[in-house]
Amino acid sequence: MDPSDPQSDDLVTLTDLTREFSSGGGFMKPRRTMRAVNNVSLGVPRGKVTGVVGESGCGKSTLARLVLRLLEATEGTVVFDGKNLATQSQTEMRKLRRQMQMVFQDPYSAIDPRYTIRRALLEPFQVQGDSKSAAEAKLAAEELISMVGLNPRMMASFPHQLSGGQKQRVGIARALALRPSFLVLDEPTASLDVSIQAQIIDLLENLKEELGLTYLFISHDLSLVRYFCDRVVVMYLGRVMEILPGPGVLPRHHYAHALLDSNFEPDPTRRKVVTMLSGEIPSPFATIPGCAFAARCPAATDLCNRERPPLADLGDGHMIACHHPMD
Amino acid sequence: MALLSVQDISVSIGVLSPLESVTFEIDKGEILGLVGESGSGKSLTAMCVMGLLPRIGGTITKGAIVFDGRDLTRLPELELRRLRGKRIALISQNPMTSLDPIIRIGAQIDQVSTLHLGLSAEAAKARSLELIAQLRIPEPAAIHRAYPHQLSGGMKQRIVIAMALAADPDLIVADEPTTALDVTIQAQIIQIMAELVRDRGLALMLITHDMGVVAQACDRVVVLYAGRVAEMNVIGEIFAAPKHPYTRELIRCIPRLGQEPGSLKGIPGVVPSIVDYPEGCRFNPRCSDAQALCRERKPALERKSTGLAACHFSEA
Repeated sequence: MDPSDPQSDDLVTLTDLTREFSSGGGFMKPRRTMRAVNNVSLGVPRGKVTGVVGESGCGKSTLARLVLRLLEATEGTVVFDGKNLATQSQTEMRKLRRQMQMVFQDPYSAIDPRYTIRRALLEPFQVQGDSKSAAEAKLAAEELISMVGLNPRMMASFPHQLSGGQKQRVGIARALALRPSFLVLDEPTASLDVSIQAQIIDLLENLKEELGLTYLFISHDLSLVRYFCDRVVVMYLGRVMEILPGPGVLPRHHYAHALLDSNFEPDPTRRKVVTMLSGEIPSPFATIPGCAFAARCPAATDLCNRERPPLADLGDGHMIACHHPMD
Repeated sequence: MALLSVQDISVSIGVLSPLESVTFEIDKGEILGLVGESGSGKSLTAMCVMGLLPRIGGTITKGAIVFDGRDLTRLPELELRRLRGKRIALISQNPMTSLDPIIRIGAQIDQVSTLHLGLSAEAAKARSLELIAQLRIPEPAAIHRAYPHQLSGGMKQRIVIAMALAADPDLIVADEPTTALDVTIQAQIIQIMAELVRDRGLALMLITHDMGVVAQACDRVVVLYAGRVAEMNVIGEIFAAPKHPYTRELIRCIPRLGQEPGSLKGIPGVVPSIVDYPEGCRFNPRCSDAQALCRERKPALERKSTGLAACHFSEA
């Protein structure tokens, strides 16, 4: 399918996306380069929730920022609704940003502590040069705050007067202010208690239905991703290991399997003996010619150390990058 | 008699009362889960058991903490010092707060057994190497020479566990020991800790907010809510037949495999702030079963068909 076709099923298409960071360098010391995101190709289907899951350092948050062009890609392209983001001018990009917004992990730092909630909610309009009369602004802010299930009486409050869950609701309301079609959710519930996490997920589900949104949901919590997402992308050291087309599909990649195996079900009758992965996550600065997981994989062979497995389609959109997939 | 028995303790810090009538026991060879959301008093309970409350300006206003026949609340600081690290060890959430960044890993583990067991330098080192190996850390000798910054988070947490074990304690208090770690590492550490409890007949007080970890590892569970015990029961009953509505709702908040989309609902409202605890049952504003009585009278922690619960309306 041609990614530049706006009628495509995918709202966002990533092609060979790579982002490098380098550090160090100095007298007699070479600069070191790491690939936080390494050759990632991925479609984000319209109206669906695409989940990206992986452990710390797997590049999921860098990916989130690349998708919104909050970071420039080193190589590769991001096509949003038929438009290549890298070729958009500043002005065009600003217009496009109305359609693509982000909800951040830490609602404590995402809102200016000196702003009232009302001002925080109206900030997106101000940034976009969208001047509103006092009456219009009042209406817009009230609509947004009720949309996320907060009491309009909170409008005059400051962020420190709100709980974590309430602040994250404000974060979501701000992201929705400009009526975007696409939201990148970067661990939106990671700093919240479970009873509040479930509230926020419930809210996000309802908003998606009401507003016809498309989500890219970044998380380290596999059980949450499997509940909330239509497709699950498993990343490891900057690379896509496996794409599960549905939440019920069992992983066949050894890493994805280990990740699932490490996930404890809230059910004492289903305790498990965890198969322990040997070894540690390699340094992100290491250049790995073969499979990134080979060093810890129980099924690794010479081939895995030598050659990087391509992301191959097993059918029905189940993609896997493994030379020796599990049965 | 249980190894540790926390009997009806209440804590005050200034004008606040963050813990009220907390009661539970831990036996040898048992993992007791202490669960609750932020602000429920989990970590504070750990500090009480460790005798560290005065350090944050808190006092135990009521009750007793009996460890191996002695009431810790009445012991002088010097006596407590002899117990801490030797018979009661603490594992905290962030391993970096327990390790000195400029001292080699080996020296840090060694000093526990030289101090508490009176071992010679060589004997202490041999013991440390053995402990490192027991925690399935490859190349113990290399790790013994390494500095904390050379190890990953999961490795560091294993070193902290090795330090906790070095003096052969009877009770380990682990305060969210895996919260800062990735899931694959968390699974390994939980498994290792469960094995240690079984093999050594240790008692482990495992503080966590993660019901998955509780289901995997604990024998019995204490559920705290807003500074009070909501429920206490054996692990099977907690999940199969929770007696307190809060426990029931808390379990419902975790998505399960194959759960219908749209069926995950949180608990409405927020955890009350300590300066603003509601009258009666502290869960009543968020409880779907709440009635007038719940707003008026504080429910006592009572024996039910199994376990204990503090609810006016839970069935027997």
